[in-house]
Amino acid sequence: MTRIIERREVAPNVHRLIVEAPQIAEKVRPGQFVIVMPDEEGERVPISVAEWDAKAGSIVLFFLEVGVSTMKLARKEKGEDLYAVVGPLGRPATIGKFGTVVLGGGCYGIGAITAIAKAMKEAGNRVIAISEGRSRYLLYNQDTLRRFVDECLEATTDGSAGKKGKVQDVLRDFAKREKVDMAYFVGCTFMMMRCAETAKELGIKTLVALNSLMLDGTGMCGVCRVSVGGKTRFACVDGPEFDGHDVDWLELFQRKAIFVRDEVTAYQFHACRALRRHEGGD
Amino acid sequence: MDEQKPKRHPRQKMPEQHPKVRARNFDEVPLGYDKETARREAERCLQCKKPLCMSGCPVNVKIPEFLKLVKDGDWAGAARKIKETNALPSVCGRVCPQESQCEGQCVLGKKGEPVAIGRLERFCADYERNEKLVRLPEKAKPTGKKVAVVGSGPAGLTVAGDLILLGYEVTIFEALHKPGGVLVYGIPEFRLPKAIVDAEVKYLRDLGVKLALNTVVGRTRGLRELMERDGFDAVFIAVGAGLPHFMRIPGENLCGVFSSNEYLTRANLLRSYLFPIYDTPPPRGRNVAVVGGGNVAMDCVRSALRLGAENAYLVYRRSRTEMPARAEEIHHGEEEGVQFHLLTAPVEVLGDENGWVRGLKCVRMELGEPDESGRRRPMPVKGSEYVLDLDAVVIAIGAAANPLLTSTVPELKLNEKGYIETDERGRTSVPGVYAGGDIVTGQATVILAMGAGRQAALAMHEDLTKK
Ligand SMILES: Cc1cc2nc3c(=O)[nH]c(=O)nc-3n(C[C@H](O)[C@H](O)[C@H](O)COP(=O)(O)OP(=O)(O)OC[C@H]3O[C@@H](n4cnc5c(N)ncnc54)[C@H](O)[C@@H]3O)c2cc1C
Ligand code: SF4
Ligand code: FES
Repeated sequence: MTRIIERREVAPNVHRLIVEAPQIAEKVRPGQFVIVMPDEEGERVPISVAEWDAKAGSIVLFFLEVGVSTMKLARKEKGEDLYAVVGPLGRPATIGKFGTVVLGGGCYGIGAITAIAKAMKEAGNRVIAISEGRSRYLLYNQDTLRRFVDECLEATTDGSAGKKGKVQDVLRDFAKREKVDMAYFVGCTFMMMRCAETAKELGIKTLVALNSLMLDGTGMCGVCRVSVGGKTRFACVDGPEFDGHDVDWLELFQRKAIFVRDEVTAYQFHACRALRRHEGGD
Repeated sequence: MDEQKPKRHPRQKMPEQHPKVRARNFDEVPLGYDKETARREAERCLQCKKPLCMSGCPVNVKIPEFLKLVKDGDWAGAARKIKETNALPSVCGRVCPQESQCEGQCVLGKKGEPVAIGRLERFCADYERNEKLVRLPEKAKPTGKKVAVVGSGPAGLTVAGDLILLGYEVTIFEALHKPGGVLVYGIPEFRLPKAIVDAEVKYLRDLGVKLALNTVVGRTRGLRELMERDGFDAVFIAVGAGLPHFMRIPGENLCGVFSSNEYLTRANLLRSYLFPIYDTPPPRGRNVAVVGGGNVAMDCVRSALRLGAENAYLVYRRSRTEMPARAEEIHHGEEEGVQFHLLTAPVEVLGDENGWVRGLKCVRMELGEPDESGRRRPMPVKGSEYVLDLDAVVIAIGAAANPLLTSTVPELKLNEKGYIETDERGRTSVPGVYAGGDIVTGQATVILAMGAGRQAALAMHEDLTKK
C-alpha cells in the first residue's frame, strides 16, 4: 500500500499525484517510470516519475484520465492508499552536455518532461521547453518548468497561448533562430512521431520516451515490444528512451490499440457502476 | 511387517468436470477423491521394501509410509508425513509430472496401473487444509540472523519455510503484487486454484516470514544493498526464468501475437477472465493457435477455449511422444476439444492491413536423426506449407534467464545462457549469495525448484552457523 500525499487536477483530465514512496524516491533517475495499481482489480499502469524528493521520500506523477484504472486513480484523494506502486523501472534517460536541448511535451508529457528538463539543465545545457495543448487552459506545469529551463515556449491549436500550432512548429521557428543539438519528446504517440519527423528534417538528434502497453515492467511478458531500427526491443527494460528517428511508429500505434474496444467497455461498465452507487444503488 | 495381502482393485478414477462444461469455465478440472476412494486407492500399494516410487521422487517423499496412513484413515497424519520432505503437497499433487516420476517407477505400473500417488498426495493436503488441521510447527531458537529471499516462486517459498523454522528472520522480496511466482502468474486457476497458493503463503506469514511485494531487486533495492545496508546475512536468489522466447519469424509483432507469459499473466495474475470486474482486458481470439508442446503451451491453449475461442489449435513441431507436457494435461486438452497440429512448425505470422493477425503459415515436419537432446530432430517437408486462419497466436516455446537482477551484480558468475552458476548446494560465486530454481536450471519443474530450495536452505544454515 502506498499513501497519497496529494492529488490535484491541474488541467481538465490531467492529474498531478504525489505519493509516499521512499525507496523509489531514493533510487529513481530522470526518465524512469513506476507501475501503479489503483486497487486490487486495477490494471498495472506505467507512469513516468516527473519529480521526486529523496529526503521527504515522495515522488510526483502526472497522468491523463483515459481508461478505467486512471479514472480510479483520479478519484483517489489525499490520505488514501494505492494498492501498488513499483519501481523505478526502465533505463534512465541519456543526460549529458549537448549544448542546446529542446524538450517537447504534450498531454501528460508536459508534466513528465520536468525530470529531464532539470537534469539537462544541471548537466550544463541551454534548455528550451515547448509545451502544446489544444487551448490555453490545457497547458499546465509551466511555472515549474520555468524554474529549470532557459526558455518556456508554448503552442496551442487555437492560438490562445504561444504559437498557433504544435510543438514541431515552434521547434521549426526556434531552429531558424538558434542551432539545436538535441531534441527530447515526451507525450502521446502521435505528437512524438510528428515531432521526431520534423526534427529529422532539421537534422536534429532526437530521443523519445515511448509509452507502449505494459504489464509487469520487468521484461517478463513482452507486450511492450517495439521495433526500433529493425530490431525488437522491450520498452520497459531496453527503454523507454529510444532514438526517435529509428522507431517504427505505425507498429507502435497499432499495438497500442490492441485492447481499445475492451478499454471502452470497461470504462462504461465502471462509469455506470459509479453512477449507480452515487444514486444509492448497489 | 504387515503381511496383509494388498487389495486387487483397479486404479480409482478421478471425478472431473465434464469436458464440455469445464472447457468454458476456469474452475478446477479434477474434483478430488473422497475419503473412501482415497482409502481404496491407497490399499493398492504393495508397501514395497525397496520402494521404487521414492527413487522417482526428486525430494524422496516417504510414499509407502504416507500411503499406509491413508489406508488407515489418518489423512492429516499422511499429510504431515509428506510434508517432512515436501513443503507444498497440495501444489505438487496437482502439477508434478507423476507419470515420469513416482508413478512412472511404481512396480504396479510394470504390469498394470501404478498407484495414483499424485491424487492421494493432493487428497491428504486438501484434507488437512480444509479441515483446518494444519499445525504451525515449533520454530528453533532465534539465531539472530537475517536472510533475504528474492522471488516468491516455489524455490523462494521453500527456502523461506525451511529457514524460518531453523530460527532465521526471513523476508521475501517479490517484484509482482502477488506472491507465488509461476504458481500465480502462469499456472491457470483450472489447474491450480489460487486460493491454495494463498493458503500456502498465509502459512508462511503465520510462521513469521515477511513479504515485501512490489519490490524489484536490482531496481528498487540493490542486491549488495540488502547485505550491506539492510543487514541480511545471506541472500537466496530465486527469480525464475521469466524472459519470453519469441520465434524470430516474420510477423511476430502483429497485434494478436502474445507471448505465453503475457497471455497467462493477463488471464491469471490480472484475472482478466473476470473482466470487466477486473480491469485488465483479456487476450481474446476466436481462432487461436498456441505454438509449443510443454505445460505452458497446454495451459495457454486450454485457457484459449475458456476465454471463448471457437477453435484452439496446438502447433508443435515434434510428435506427441516428444511433448514435454504432463500426460494428464494433454489428455484433458484433447477431451476439451483442443485441435492438435503435431509435426508442424510455424513459418510466418500473416497480418491484415490494420496490423492484426489473420493467419499462421505452417509447414509439416518429419522426424530425422536424434539431436543433442536425444529427441529426433524435426525436418521440414518441402512443399507442405499451409495456412491456419487465426486472429490470435500465442508463443509458448520456452523462456530464458531475465538479466534484470543478474546484470546489476557483475561478480555473480553466470553460464553462457545467463543462468546463475552454483555448486550442487546452491552456492554462487559470491559469498553469502545462493540461488536455485529456474534461474539456475532453466525452466524446469515446481518440484525441482523446491528441491533446489531445500538444498540451498541447508547449505545456508550450515554456512551461517559456521560463521
Ligand atoms: C505456464 C506454466 C506452467 C507450468 N506447469 C508446470 C507443471 O505443471 N508442473 C511443474 O512441475 N512445473 C510447471 N512449470 C514450471 C514451474 O512452474 C517452474 O519450474 C517453477 O515455478 C520455478 O520456480 P522458481 O521458484 O524458480 O521461479 P518462479 O516460479 O518463476 O518465481 C520467480 C519469482 O521471482 C520474481 N522475480 C523475478 N525477478 C525479480 C526481481 N528482480 N526482484 C524480485 N522478484 C523477482 C518473479 O516475479 C516470480 O514471482 C510451469 C511453468 C509455467 C510458466
Ligand atoms: S512402488 Fe508403488 S506399490 Fe511400491 S511402495 Fe511405491 S506406491 Fe506402493
Ligand atoms: S511490460 Fe512486460 S516485458 Fe515490458
